[in-house]
Amino acid sequence: MSEQNPIWKSDMDETDEKLIRLIQDGIEFTHAPFAAAAEELGISEDEIVVRLKKLNEQKKIRRFGASIGHIALGFTANGMGVWDIPEDKIEEIGQKMASFHEVSHCYHRPRSAEWPYNMYTMIHGRTQEECYAAAEKISKAVGIPEYRLVFSERELKKKGVRI
Amino acid sequence: MAAVQNRPIELDEIDRKLINLIQLEFPISAHPFEEIAAEIGTTEDIVIDKLSRLKNEGVIRRIGPIINTRGIGGTNTLAAVKVPENQIEKAAAVINKYDEVSHNYLRNEEYNIWFTVSAPTQDRLNQILSEIQTELDCPLLDLPTIKQFKIQVNFHV
Repeated sequence: MSEQNPIWKSDMDETDEKLIRLIQDGIEFTHAPFAAAAEELGISEDEIVVRLKKLNEQKKIRRFGASIGHIALGFTANGMGVWDIPEDKIEEIGQKMASFHEVSHCYHRPRSAEWPYNMYTMIHGRTQEECYAAAEKISKAVGIPEYRLVFSERELKKKGVRI
Repeated sequence: MAAVQNRPIELDEIDRKLINLIQLEFPISAHPFEEIAAEIGTTEDIVIDKLSRLKNEGVIRRIGPIINTRGIGGTNTLAAVKVPENQIEKAAAVINKYDEVSHNYLRNEEYNIWFTVSAPTQDRLNQILSEIQTELDCPLLDLPTIKQFKIQVNFHV
């Protein structure tokens, strides 16, 4: 609901961009949560719905929905698995790791001399033991015995991407 | 694991249904809470009351659009810095002052602060990382995505 970030120049049209700015901090829980944005933009609520569906189809938004405070739900262990995968196995192993329901994010990233890991799997659990059990299962399935699970000790910021 | 001052909150059947539904299948509609109520067989007022409580309890951060940085022409990265124990608060403040930083975690590693940055251009991203590195005077890892195999956060309760 602010213009604190005017440097953002996205490739969305102007109305879409304004719409996202109006609702990115979250909609109100009311019968007509888009009424205020509709009035502000001078368009109908139905047009907002059409625009959001289109942004979703075009993957300009990943989804429309709730961002969950997993810690309040009891998922207090958040383990980032880091793996060193041979280059010629990246595709096969990446797909396999992604297929585990315990893995919420799976990314191939560049390795370097000081940080020799090129695959990242985020595992959320209620306990660290739960995360280790999942990582061990994945390790066996992909045939990579060495890995590290880097746990978060404190959330310093979480607010979602804003434009 | 000790330290359970964050005891998980009590959830009833409707809370559970709501939490599972609104993560992945929130209806994009002019009256979404009415649709959700119909879907799970209750009233809109109950849905709104329940969701408001879950928001107050911190279970729901927000309901809104989850922006795909690369989908709107921007770029992002995962970065990590190695800072001395006694500099953590200062480092967190330096990093978090950027609106472009969306997530930031203290982790039990030599590289102990891990954060994600989303920016409209590669130049802006590089500028932010370079300013952070200069201000903290510490080693920094820049780990941009080469390939995303999965992003599907779903806390099933």
